[in-house]
Amino acid sequence: MIEIQNLNKTYRGAAGEIAALREINLTIEDGEIFGVIGLSGAGKSTLVRCINLLERPTDGRVLIDGEDLTRLPKRALLQKRQSIGMIFQSFNLLEQRTVLRNVCFPLEIAGAPKAEARQRALELLELVGLSDRADAYPSQLSGGQKQRVAIARALATKPKYLLCDEATSALDPNTTQSILALLQQINRTLGVTIVVITHEMRVIEQICSRVAVIDQSRIAEIGKVSDVFVNPQSDIARALILPDNPLENLPPARTQRLRLVFDNHASGEPIISRIALECGAKVNIVYADTRFVEGNAYGHMIIELPDDDEQVARILRFLGENRITYLEED
Amino acid sequence: MNTEWLIKLWDNGVLQLGVWETIYMTLLAALFSYLIGLPLGLLLRVTDADGIHPIKWLNSALGVIVNFLRSMPFLILMIAMLPVAKFIVGTSLGNKAVIVTLVIAAAPYVARMVESSAKEVDAGVIEAAQSMGASTFQIVWKVLIPEAKPALIVGAVISTVTILGYSAMAATIGGGGLGQIAIVYGHQRSNPAVIWVCVVLIAIIVQIIQVVGMRIAHRVDRRARS
Repeated sequence: MIEIQNLNKTYRGAAGEIAALREINLTIEDGEIFGVIGLSGAGKSTLVRCINLLERPTDGRVLIDGEDLTRLPKRALLQKRQSIGMIFQSFNLLEQRTVLRNVCFPLEIAGAPKAEARQRALELLELVGLSDRADAYPSQLSGGQKQRVAIARALATKPKYLLCDEATSALDPNTTQSILALLQQINRTLGVTIVVITHEMRVIEQICSRVAVIDQSRIAEIGKVSDVFVNPQSDIARALILPDNPLENLPPARTQRLRLVFDNHASGEPIISRIALECGAKVNIVYADTRFVEGNAYGHMIIELPDDDEQVARILRFLGENRITYLEED
Repeated sequence: MNTEWLIKLWDNGVLQLGVWETIYMTLLAALFSYLIGLPLGLLLRVTDADGIHPIKWLNSALGVIVNFLRSMPFLILMIAMLPVAKFIVGTSLGNKAVIVTLVIAAAPYVARMVESSAKEVDAGVIEAAQSMGASTFQIVWKVLIPEAKPALIVGAVISTVTILGYSAMAATIGGGGLGQIAIVYGHQRSNPAVIWVCVVLIAIIVQIIQVVGMRIAHRVDRRARS
């Protein structure tokens, strides 16, 4: 379990003190895939680096399995880091080492015997599907392959935790999918607890069970991904879930607009057709989007209501009766 | 132009000895310069404000010493360091003394070369090593040096050529080598042919060091190879 308690991080810069993180409280349970999402500069990269103390918090505690890392002496901290793997946006492979020797690297650091390290590295390359590239150099690999090597390397010391700092941000959508699938597989088969830092909602949707939304150095909202997705409480979560806020690019509303939120049950229903049939009202679809979170479909739809109070009342009653979540847009 | 002298110098083996002395002084001085300059350069990098183990006072102190030695023209530094040479090798004349002064002049230069090569190593790669629990020493030994190897070799080529240039000036304190032949047999006896032959020989040696060094640097570099 990773517990972050009352964590603050401030940098002292030319312009005085800058708060990177403020009053962060977070618990990440064993075995889950936990997401941290925020815009760039929100502080999420600093947060993930506070977990393995690559960045030392200004104050607060970071507990890994109940042990406060901020109080560990240097040597014990280095030891502890071997149980927390990390992968990066830019892969950060050793360019002058082969793939195999890259995966051996953390084992060398840990002082494992050479033959044993080699054996373990080969197993891991098998796991990430790169056995045939063991003798290649990083410059000969594609981005996705590099990230696979980085994942194998991060798992070499059999860590209990894996921190992913924007691990798919430099990859194309297809490669992103395959890396996310690999992370999910590692979580399920090896039981590794994964912390995913990203600015992309689709990454969170696809593999995370819970998410923390970070905005301006604070946690704006935290909860199950499905809850946050269906009913985002904070402005920032709404902005991230509705990327490039569709309303900004739309012509001005002529009539009242509603945002309908579909959860798994409602997304199987032909809601719009039923509004037309059962309420005798015509609605205009302005924006619609459906996504799959943990195998369930969730959708947003923004509709324009007719300019008729009676029809609007009927539609609202219909939505209420069918337990469709809706919000009035302005 | 008098070519008789040239033939005589060749027959007496003076030119051959000069070539050998130049190579010997240069390589030995380069070796000792790296024994000092390599650790010093790495120390400068590691203790820098954005290094992996910042130590401000040490970095500033080393920086001042290095800059001081580097700001001295070699000819003056060489003469000033003769007592030091005498203290270390027991003489202030000849090859040995020259090598000491060459090392004192070149080691700070080498240190800066090494420092800038180490600076080129991607900060992300170092961060990855830190995330695995690597100690400062492990990062230097297993990340900084191997990852900077191609740049270090290029730096060594440049440094060695610079040392060779310095060594020619060492003729003024009887250091031997092609520089001394050029001055004694060429300049002082008004025989430009000798000077030019020495220049050409030095140029050939530089060319060989350059070509061989760059080829090695390219061969060890595993980046961007199709």
